[in-house]
Amino acid sequence: MEVLSDHNWVLTVGTFLPLVGVLIMLFIPKADEALSKAVAIGTATATLAVGVYTLTQFNFDKAGEMQFVARHDWISVIKSTYYIGLDGISLPLYFLSMVITLLVMIYSWNHVPSPGNAKAFFILMLVLQTGMAGTFIARDLVLFFVFFELVLLPMYFMIGVWGGENRQYASLKFFLYTMFGSALMLVAFLALFWKTGGASFAIPDLIAHANAMIPKNTQIWIFAGMFVGFAVKVPMFPFHTWLPDAHTQAPTQGSVILAAILLKLGTYGFVRIAIPILPLAAKAWAPWIGLLAVIGIIYGALGCLAQTDMKRLIAFSSVAHMGYVMLGISTLTSFGMNAAMFGMVAHGLITGMLFFVAGSVKERYHTLEIKRLSGMLVQMPKLGWILGFCAMASLGLPGLAGFWGEFPAIMSAYQPAAGLNVQVFRIFMVIAAVGTVLAAGYLLWLYQRTAFGEPTAEFAAGHGHDEDIHDVNKFEWMAWTPLLIAIVVFGVYPQLMFKILDPAVGVTLKAFGG
Amino acid sequence: MLSALATAWTSPSIDYHALAPEIILGGGIVLLLLLDLFLPDAKKWVLTPLASFTVLGAFIPVLTLALSNQGVRSLFDGRYMVDDFSLVMKGLFLLAGYVVILLTADHLREGDYYQGEYWFLLLTSLLGMVMMASSRDMVSIFVSLELLSIPAYMMAAWRKRDLRSNEAGMKYYLLGVFASALMLYGMSLLYGITGSTKLVEIATYLGSDLTSLRALAVFFIVVGFAFKVSAVPFHTWAPDTYQGAPTPVTAFLSVASKAAGFVALVTVVFVAFPGSHDVWQPVFWILSALTMTVGNFLALKQTNIVRMLAYSSIAQGGFILMPLAVAGVDGVANSALRSVVTYLLVYAATNLGVFAIVMVVARKTRSGEISSYGGLFSYAPGIATLMTMFMASLAGIPPFGGWFGKFTAFQSLVSAGTTWSYVLAIIGGINSAVAFGYYGKILREMWMKPVPDGDTTPVTVYSSLGVALGITSISTLVLGTFPGIVIHFGDIAGLTGAFIK
Repeated sequence: MEVLSDHNWVLTVGTFLPLVGVLIMLFIPKADEALSKAVAIGTATATLAVGVYTLTQFNFDKAGEMQFVARHDWISVIKSTYYIGLDGISLPLYFLSMVITLLVMIYSWNHVPSPGNAKAFFILMLVLQTGMAGTFIARDLVLFFVFFELVLLPMYFMIGVWGGENRQYASLKFFLYTMFGSALMLVAFLALFWKTGGASFAIPDLIAHANAMIPKNTQIWIFAGMFVGFAVKVPMFPFHTWLPDAHTQAPTQGSVILAAILLKLGTYGFVRIAIPILPLAAKAWAPWIGLLAVIGIIYGALGCLAQTDMKRLIAFSSVAHMGYVMLGISTLTSFGMNAAMFGMVAHGLITGMLFFVAGSVKERYHTLEIKRLSGMLVQMPKLGWILGFCAMASLGLPGLAGFWGEFPAIMSAYQPAAGLNVQVFRIFMVIAAVGTVLAAGYLLWLYQRTAFGEPTAEFAAGHGHDEDIHDVNKFEWMAWTPLLIAIVVFGVYPQLMFKILDPAVGVTLKAFGG
Repeated sequence: MLSALATAWTSPSIDYHALAPEIILGGGIVLLLLLDLFLPDAKKWVLTPLASFTVLGAFIPVLTLALSNQGVRSLFDGRYMVDDFSLVMKGLFLLAGYVVILLTADHLREGDYYQGEYWFLLLTSLLGMVMMASSRDMVSIFVSLELLSIPAYMMAAWRKRDLRSNEAGMKYYLLGVFASALMLYGMSLLYGITGSTKLVEIATYLGSDLTSLRALAVFFIVVGFAFKVSAVPFHTWAPDTYQGAPTPVTAFLSVASKAAGFVALVTVVFVAFPGSHDVWQPVFWILSALTMTVGNFLALKQTNIVRMLAYSSIAQGGFILMPLAVAGVDGVANSALRSVVTYLLVYAATNLGVFAIVMVVARKTRSGEISSYGGLFSYAPGIATLMTMFMASLAGIPPFGGWFGKFTAFQSLVSAGTTWSYVLAIIGGINSAVAFGYYGKILREMWMKPVPDGDTTPVTVYSSLGVALGITSISTLVLGTFPGIVIHFGDIAGLTGAFIK
């Protein structure tokens, strides 16, 4: 494969620029909050500008190949190199992480959650950004591991310091689950390294050698280690229990970043590392991944129906949606993988938006308890409509982005890759299809209960909440408009993303015959 | 016969460059004692800079030796070696000693302790460690070990009117002596079997066909060192000693003294017992698994910060032992050695930093409870951030040093490729997640809890502590992000004489 290494500085700059901002912010006095915010937003804007420049330089005709490749010595003694690159699979997620960080920061301008301290809050978001972007461009397993772990501490603090009442429990649970998973993942990486002769941690080298050098039984064990690491992050049933707590307790910004980007680190790991490197094991594991995925779909949906808290409901819907993504991946077909990749981005946009809305609802009503909310359309028509729009997008209404992640993923289970049990996957398909009905059920029910009707007595006009309850403000518009537009654009013209994804997915699935 | 020996004896030619670190330390020690005797009390402050300059002075020849490119320098018939391994460890001991001096400087002045004697003991213990790194003979290993241990017993009991400190010293002394006795017994058995005290010769005579007597000798020596590195179940002295001793002494014990124990352990096992791996591999496997698991779970329950750090230090010891459980497998020895050295370096930088912060915070809160860290981030964000970094490093979270230490340990362990190595790796993986339970507890206090007594006067950092924090935090960060630049680990040619079968 030809290596495209023109302009290979753009990825390094785009990834580490946020840290430069952090360095500057360290010297800003804590009291000068406006300056801290301005510098942080300036940094995120500059980072996004680098991202846009990356887009313009990206060769879309060769989306299947790694571009902007850079490889330098890093820790030669453990044979790990600073090896980065971007292809059609990484590009949407890499770019999305930059967009989301900037939008979340704009939203935070007048929404720094209690107990304040804008400087620390913005610094954490910048560090997160470096970790997320780095994970999507790393081509070396050690580098991947470092970036993958880099997001842990900032998110831990974001939930634990700025979160809700149960924040300490939730943050610790989030941390321990992820840490446990990544420890096993690391052991699996090392096993992979030694079983391929101990020569390289570079993903392309491993893809080239691992399948031939490692017998199937060993592959299955190594895959299991990686599976735990990635599945915790996704999160797949039964490793999902940290997610509702973390999402519910996290501040709005944390929830958005978590839903939009962090969960994708797990699915991305499957697509980029586990499956292409260990195709034999992937085939053996695929039915089980599919099974857990559909359990997640149904379990998440039923969980949603049982929730009384709006944010917790959205969190459970994440479990269900990531189930569709994993179902698409488990088919090991180009069709399913494309759907899964699209679903990842769509879920990032839509669920990110839903969490934004939930945050704004919480800010206005000081509660997210569904039964206390009502008549949002009467009191705040714009916010109410946006909620409705996002709910429609989330349940997979054709014409909006959510549809193109969900529907093809279900379809793909009809004909899984050669060698997989067709009957089993068709059963999965039926179950997943039932899941969409449930999804429509819980989302519409949520919308009906919160937006329709008259406001409940405690929040009706003249009961002391009028000052808080106001419609969408300008910072919210600034943060949300790009996401709303993207949901429509990708819904109407999905080819925009599929044409980048497809060639890269093809390369990834080479071992399965396309 | 006697006269024949007398005439045949010629004084060995001594490579003074190779011995320069030891000579400088020795000279400094003598000077310190003399000055302490004759200087009036008002001028005794001179002793502190003298001690630090002695240590820094001894560091210079370590550097020149490392740069001299003359390969391995063998002294005294190969019983004293100056190779890459010993130089790296000497550098570690001296730098750790220097940081401990920085930590102690204000502590001593405030408490009006016996400065001269304290510096004398500290430098003597350091001399023992520096010698330990080069010793390749049972006798010199034993002498170095006692030289480094005996002053440490006294330093642990330094607050002589404090019952806890006395208990610390006493416990440390009794168990230390017990360990020495065990080891000495093992050494005497070895001498009886092989007729030599030189490690390389022991390896040749001992061979690999093991009788129960040989197995017993190897076992006793390994267990003796297990006391020194506080491996479970020989760890019981550590928490009490660490808690009772003055904080800088605890820092010294938990870093330098522990490292010296590992150096001796590695030297003896690699050079003298390469053929006996069927004895020590299972012992290390069990010690490692027990040490990290028990250390971790006991650390979870602690409410006192130093006690928690004591158990954390025990648990970290388990990770350092991990690659030794497979070091006898073909081709693993070198990476195991490298992993031990790397881990010790990272651990030293991080743990010394932690103790510097413990001292800074204790000076303000006058408490050793973990709850006294409540709300630290709100009134001392810099200190809290540094502590966060150190805790993350101990927990093995990138990009701070600790992850690289753990990584090399796991890498070496997994390279053996046996089922047992994978099982230990998984135990280690689970433990590294569990460990966050207690490291995270401190983060939680600092970031998420309110200030316990509402006293938010800023924390003052004395200049010497500031320097110590600077050194340790920069090392921790750089070791985590660019481990290759700081130390060319790959250049460690290995322990001279190791695994010659």
